[in-house]
Amino acid sequence: MNTNSVAASVVVVGAGLGGLRAAEALRGAGFEGAITVVGDESAMPYNRPPLSKEALSAGVHVAELEFRRKASVDDVDWRLGSPALASDFAARTVTLADGTQLSFDGLVIASGIRPRRLPIAGPEAGRHVLRTAHDAVNVRSYLAPGRSAVIMGAGFIGCEVAATARGLGAEVHIVAIDEQPMVRPLGAELGMGMRSRHEHHGVNFHLGRTVQEFLGGDHVTSVLLDDGTELPASVVIEAVGSVCNVEWLEGNGLDLSDGVLVDQGMVVAAEVPVVAVGDIARHPNALFGNIPRRIEHWNIPTETGRRAGASLASLLRGEQPDQAPFAAMPSFWSDQYHHKIQSFGMPGIATSIQIVDGSANDACIVEYSNDTGLVGVVGVDRTSELAPYRKQLLDR
Amino acid sequence: MVTITVDMDKCQSYGQCCFEAADVFALNDDGQLEYVAEADESRRADIEGAADVCPMQAITVE
Repeated sequence: MNTNSVAASVVVVGAGLGGLRAAEALRGAGFEGAITVVGDESAMPYNRPPLSKEALSAGVHVAELEFRRKASVDDVDWRLGSPALASDFAARTVTLADGTQLSFDGLVIASGIRPRRLPIAGPEAGRHVLRTAHDAVNVRSYLAPGRSAVIMGAGFIGCEVAATARGLGAEVHIVAIDEQPMVRPLGAELGMGMRSRHEHHGVNFHLGRTVQEFLGGDHVTSVLLDDGTELPASVVIEAVGSVCNVEWLEGNGLDLSDGVLVDQGMVVAAEVPVVAVGDIARHPNALFGNIPRRIEHWNIPTETGRRAGASLASLLRGEQPDQAPFAAMPSFWSDQYHHKIQSFGMPGIATSIQIVDGSANDACIVEYSNDTGLVGVVGVDRTSELAPYRKQLLDR
Repeated sequence: MVTITVDMDKCQSYGQCCFEAADVFALNDDGQLEYVAEADESRRADIEGAADVCPMQAITVE
């Protein structure tokens, strides 16, 4: 291992929020060597949640979505527009799609996720996902009065796009196998309440249904469901989950079945050394029994990035990383129409759900519990009242 | 001295900043964000942390 910080260099694969925070944390922990950040998109790290909400509605300007970067990362070498294709931990190299080979003393895995695509017959043109600013520009071009948007998937992204598309005047259909929208994170009762809000705004739900085929010539014009229903489609937006960008890590002996397994310090392989952050990092959380899980919530890249950067800086100095438990509070939020949803904890692992204040069709606070006690809380239009619940979750 | 500015047009009162630096950011009884505009240099790390975790990226720290 190279313990001379003058010569040490770090490659960060992934130029999203997690990669940025890891680079900042390396500097914050005193790492003074070279940092190179590799990104598949051409943009500097930017905030993705607005892509299904306010930016999709008002127009996508990626420069306005860029994260402010700390001055400590001004000297980072940004290699944007070319994804990593391969890596060799033994040789300590990463190979990019453009053929560049980068050597490293330490590696940060921050390559994140991409939308899942389903193998469905029919024309490709008119089928879109929503992950990047480029995707949002494409989707937005279809959302207007007289157009029809068919959204596959009733999770948060699908529902946020539905709300935005209605706001722009498009006809909206949501097709999903689930019995209620957002049922996995929110539960059936609140899911039904959110469905009512969407129906009030004119969204058509086709729940318990799947897409059989896309119809049209060169471009999708309609969508055929498994019950024979045909829906008009100017555009199809596929929001049916995600897959991890792990292909470039193959051949290094890692278990890549569900992201990348890390320890409480976000360390993948101490002897190389390699750390991982963000959506791709299957990490233990002492607040929730230390069972390693991937959590695709917005605050997790920041929380894991801080820890990973500090761990890697220690390893590059030949020191043991901080062994303290990792205990970060997962949090997500969503805007749909004028409604604000906010969550703390892990409502998705609950076995018991109770509305403790208000009702599912109105402003409410919902508690999520399992045999270990309270595991999550969700507020709808009551977001400023959740602090005591968050405290209760932290004290678990 | 750390100077803090919050773009109140962007702020949606999610309150994440309050958990990072409770002495600087707080939600009032109406759920609106209130904050102090200047803080001691010793508070910089937590205040920058608060800016990092703002979902709306509404906080500027100088």
